[in-house]
Amino acid sequence: MKNNNSLLRHLPWLLVAILGACALGVVALRRGEAINALWIVVAAVAIYLVAYRYYSLFIANTVMQLDPRRATPAVVNNDGLDYVPTNKHILFGHHFAAIAGAGPLVGPVLAAQMGYLPGTLWLIAGVVLAGAVQDFLVLFMSTRRNGRSLGDMVREEMGRVPGTIALFGCFLIMIIILAVLALIVVKALADSPWGMFTVMATIPIAMFMGVYMRYIRPGRIGEISIIGVALLLGSIFLGGQIAADPSWNKIFSFTGIQITWMLIGYGAVSAVLPVWLVLAPRDYLSTFLKIGTIIALAIGIVITTPLLKMPALTQFIDGSGPVWKGGLFPFLFITIACGAVSGFHALIASGTTPKLLDNETNARYIGYGGMLMESFVAIMALVAASVIEPGVYFAMNSPPAVVGTDVVAVATAVSHWGFAITPEALQAVAHDIGENTILARAGGAPTLAVGIAQILHHVLPGENTMAFWYHFAILFEALFILTAVDAGTRAGRFMLQDLLGSFVPALRRTESWTANIIGTAGCVALWGYLLYQGVIDPLGGINTLWPLFGISNQMLAGIALMLGVVVLIKMKRQRYIWVPLIPAAWLLICTTTAGFIKLFDANPAVGFLALAQKYSTALEAGQVIAPAKDADQMHHVIINAYTNATLTGLFLFVVFAILFYAIKVSIAAWGKKERTDKESPFQALPDA
Amino acid sequence: MFNDLSQLGKYLGQAARLMVGMPDYDNYVEHMRTKHPDKPVMDYEAFFRERQEARYGGKGGPKCC
Repeated sequence: MKNNNSLLRHLPWLLVAILGACALGVVALRRGEAINALWIVVAAVAIYLVAYRYYSLFIANTVMQLDPRRATPAVVNNDGLDYVPTNKHILFGHHFAAIAGAGPLVGPVLAAQMGYLPGTLWLIAGVVLAGAVQDFLVLFMSTRRNGRSLGDMVREEMGRVPGTIALFGCFLIMIIILAVLALIVVKALADSPWGMFTVMATIPIAMFMGVYMRYIRPGRIGEISIIGVALLLGSIFLGGQIAADPSWNKIFSFTGIQITWMLIGYGAVSAVLPVWLVLAPRDYLSTFLKIGTIIALAIGIVITTPLLKMPALTQFIDGSGPVWKGGLFPFLFITIACGAVSGFHALIASGTTPKLLDNETNARYIGYGGMLMESFVAIMALVAASVIEPGVYFAMNSPPAVVGTDVVAVATAVSHWGFAITPEALQAVAHDIGENTILARAGGAPTLAVGIAQILHHVLPGENTMAFWYHFAILFEALFILTAVDAGTRAGRFMLQDLLGSFVPALRRTESWTANIIGTAGCVALWGYLLYQGVIDPLGGINTLWPLFGISNQMLAGIALMLGVVVLIKMKRQRYIWVPLIPAAWLLICTTTAGFIKLFDANPAVGFLALAQKYSTALEAGQVIAPAKDADQMHHVIINAYTNATLTGLFLFVVFAILFYAIKVSIAAWGKKERTDKESPFQALPDA
Repeated sequence: MFNDLSQLGKYLGQAARLMVGMPDYDNYVEHMRTKHPDKPVMDYEAFFRERQEARYGGKGGPKCC
């Protein structure tokens, strides 16, 4: 009797699974004709639902054995401020807003150079087996440890040395992320007066909001955010007028290097300004715009059901692609970082979220479910990149050194690859979106903006809306990137002070101005240097920096999952270690392979050391190799190559060190009969 | 029906505020009143400032993607 019932209960899920399998079959197998984006969306959503229903339930009940009677940190330490038992849907919004950012949007766009299929498959498989598992597991471990951070948990469960190494790894990742994000902004705003004006306008708008919330109507987030969004939309409109006016146009046209210096200066100044003035109000704007745009994009895709113009696979799966170099394995898995699995989420899942969880069993919905949602955002970004003409995609994302610098040369080069496009068509797109040029706009944001603009202007028709939506999308990305740069510089400063404080205790004092300035300057100098070298690099910085970011981010995920393995062994749940072990092993294989290839590959386009070697040899012989134009630029390339090689080496060191300690601790714990994990003691939930 | 709607609106407002790190003020007041009747309760303005500092003052973790 009972059996019958439970079988019937699974029937709808079987149908969902079949639907997903069919849709995935269409996505994977249909060749030679454009498929509809809805197939990808349906395949993804169906598989997410089934994975959530079965796999995450298995993890929750059997692996973690979540206990609904156990009091969470939010209940135990409830103070109405940091620790608040929160309704799970409200907490879901909080968690999702914290994990969703530039990563899931940019990675899939860059990965589209291999066609939409590899990216789609990795996004779906990666999130179900790795990304969502990681977020869920870290949230579980942190909740059982009074909301401790990832670094603290590594220190407690694995030892002091690996804890410090993990902290150092987090700091490096932070620096790389800031440099990459800032580089995306530079690439999007260089020589774009419209975009530049709207982004600059956000500063006075944010200040106005800040003053309003502080002094005029304290704490009224809702009304001032509505006013702020209205002002932003006004500034996009005004930006269009400015771009159209020849004299104003010049005032807001800047080169990449000029924008780089502005960003560095901005980062340094804003990190010491009071948070309520610029950072907090802009964070409100960017959070609400982000959520709004994601919802609008989802509705737009469902209403317009666009065709994917990008082929399922391109010839660039062999590793010769112009956007980034390297073969499908391991570089696809590095390029799509956040939508499939992201180490950064481990910092969120062990940050504010565990302090707000009202019941342990909701960790499944928040951790696993939240990450599925993020993956869905990445799927939409992939769709947006694949609905634009492939010729336009490659013209925007290929470095000038490869395809040339004027529309005729670029159109010829891109058409030669088999993605037919005319110079007139490229010019027409630039005109449609209200820009002087769309060439050399690598970094994902502008491409995504064109895709979003194409989708949204179908939903909301009207004259010239394409240009408006393009700049809306650029502004929305720039907003949260600037917020990340701002907040990241502050957080990086504290991390740096904490790290240096291990050697010079005086530097740890966050109330000391000298220590703060040293921390801020150090942090800004580090990411500023990487950003600057990325901008002046004739080979195009995204090319080198994005893989570094991907490696570091996936590596952090590997560390979080290794911690999961260690903790499960210590909890005497060895039978289930495959749940974190399989994704951990896969991430370690990908990141270390990618790291070694980046270091030692003989092809100068891929290997950092080979690149440095090639340019050094040429320099000694008195030659200048394109795209460098003189001996100075030759030196730039050499120094950059060595810097990147050093960073890669450091990442490899971090990951191998943690692996060593993870194995050591695991072996010791395996032989013990009783549990050795450092879980907080059980406290029962008070009766409601 | 209208009750449900106003309830939904309240939830959405709370969700939007928590997205930017602002927990529910009424809940805080309620908590202080029942659990710590002896301690002073911040007014909304002070509560707002305290939460802003806490979100960006370095105690909260970094966020990104």
